[in-house]
Amino acid sequence: MAIKKTKLETMELNGRTVKIHEGPVGVYRTAGSVVFDIFNYVFVGLIALTTVLPIIYIIFNSFATEFELTTRSMFIIPHTWSVDAYTYIFSSNKILRSFGNSILITVAGTAINLFFTVTFAYALSKKFLRGRNIILNLVIISMFFSAGMIPGYIVVASWLRLRGTYWALLLPGAISAYNMMIVKNFFQGIPAELEESANLDGCNDLQTLWKIVLPLSGPVLATFGLFYAVGHWNSYFPAMIYLTDDKMYPLQLILRNIIVTAEAAAGDMSLMDPNFVEPPKQSIKMAVIVVATVPIMCVYPFLQKYFVKGVMVGALKG
Amino acid sequence: MTAVKKTSAPAHKKTSFAVEFKKHPWLYIMLIPGLLYFIIFKYIPMVFLPIAFENYVPFSGMLGSQWVGLKWFEYFFKSSWWRYLSNTLILSVMSIAFTFPAPIILALLLNEMRSLHYKKITQTLLYVPHFISIVIVVSITYVIFGTDGIVYKLTTQLLGHSVDYLGDPKIFRWMIVGQNIWKETGWGTIIFLAALTNVDTQLYEAAMIDGANRAQRLWHITLPAIRSTIVLMLVLRMGSVLDTGYEHLILMANSLNRTVSQTLDVFVYQSGIQNAQYSYASAVGLMKSVVSVVLVVSANKIAHALGEDGLY
Repeated sequence: MAIKKTKLETMELNGRTVKIHEGPVGVYRTAGSVVFDIFNYVFVGLIALTTVLPIIYIIFNSFATEFELTTRSMFIIPHTWSVDAYTYIFSSNKILRSFGNSILITVAGTAINLFFTVTFAYALSKKFLRGRNIILNLVIISMFFSAGMIPGYIVVASWLRLRGTYWALLLPGAISAYNMMIVKNFFQGIPAELEESANLDGCNDLQTLWKIVLPLSGPVLATFGLFYAVGHWNSYFPAMIYLTDDKMYPLQLILRNIIVTAEAAAGDMSLMDPNFVEPPKQSIKMAVIVVATVPIMCVYPFLQKYFVKGVMVGALKG
Repeated sequence: MTAVKKTSAPAHKKTSFAVEFKKHPWLYIMLIPGLLYFIIFKYIPMVFLPIAFENYVPFSGMLGSQWVGLKWFEYFFKSSWWRYLSNTLILSVMSIAFTFPAPIILALLLNEMRSLHYKKITQTLLYVPHFISIVIVVSITYVIFGTDGIVYKLTTQLLGHSVDYLGDPKIFRWMIVGQNIWKETGWGTIIFLAALTNVDTQLYEAAMIDGANRAQRLWHITLPAIRSTIVLMLVLRMGSVLDTGYEHLILMANSLNRTVSQTLDVFVYQSGIQNAQYSYASAVGLMKSVVSVVLVVSANKIAHALGEDGLY
């Protein structure tokens, strides 16, 4: 321990002589404790930087010129700025179209998720409901045992014949059992008197849900709406196995095809100016990554606010 | 799995369902979409499980396909099944050994921070990667570790030879574990930090008066406080030992690292969906599901034996 570096005093504590250091808030701290604090701030700070550094690197490099990317070996901030990569990817319909597809899937998917989750959770939150225990047990069993990937695929593709439609992306994940249980627990926590008084005023259960319960559930709906929305925006696998027409592909699948399977970024070469200088592949890749990440970064402040709450609720109930 | 206690049944036994339905028609109507969802997408697939014992052809349907008994199971154990299983287990053990403790350590470090302002800023940064899709994480990896990438260039200069980060089978698992640590460690701290806020500060004060130093307080107060959370998370993790995250793995898999990237669920995807061998893939998937249930139940038993609440 680097005791010598700090000013030390001694004090009697329970009959023992302890070397102490006066901390900023008047708490007595040992020299070792101060050293640990410094180490802790630096170490955790470095970890936090590592988590965002790759993203910052990609964002800056996506604005570099072809010349700079090929000649300079390693850099973060480019000397000369250029939007060639962005002009290139937006000159093809492929990226813009898939961006629109992703928005459509996310909005429609989240609406379906919330509708299914809220109605089911509200019905199950009523303890007098007939068959409630059987249904709850069915839900819980499905959380532990699943038939696996292939039977699920057969149901969607061969049995329901949803292959090639967006329904194959939207319906199979309509309810997350885990989220539904948390929403149900939340509904159970709403004072029954509120709903009873609405019933006395002549509201049926649907009206009670719409006029009394949902207005009280704003943060919960926001939390799970965002949970579902991020899930839809980020998913590529169902689109990859169920969609047949590449005009319907979401952005994540296009990104996968461009980078992982190294397909050409622009599909519609005919639409492009023949004199257009092709930017380096590296910067196109980076630009597509940035385009796919930007929407998430835009809603990040909300995500952080509500997601942390959502995880806390889950942690306390579970 | 009897998590639901039967509390309300006796009082309502006498009235008929028709009477109940008339009292609350909308409640029962609201039940329909969700119930249909669970039946169609969770339980009908179980009805299709017998295709694991058939030579299933989609055109003939499940009832019209030829029954072959345990043929696919025998077929699997005559193939290089050991490779798929060992790839799965090695990746899982590495992932539990490295990605499981990481958020606990980070949460303890964050908990020791006195400056709440600094803590909040670091947390804001640490949570970012959780929201980034796995496609983007893998894409960033390709761009940074590929032959044009900054890490590739840097290590080539430093080591004097190039490292094939994306193809070398020896590096593959470390890349997967590294990506998981990068993506989920910060986010994983939340649940432990939540548990830590419940610790009574009087315990720390009492310990300080008794002369306990910081390490002793950490060991005797903080860690026991999050013990049950750690056990619960470990139980959950044990139940998914055979799940290696195929959506992630198939993005990182290529012809060079095939020997290590083929885990059980990657195998199910490749044989079932890519090669349309539905029955064979279902058989392997079925074994995986059964073993997973056994693992969850046993892990839960172990949790109870350790005096914890466990999952149920």
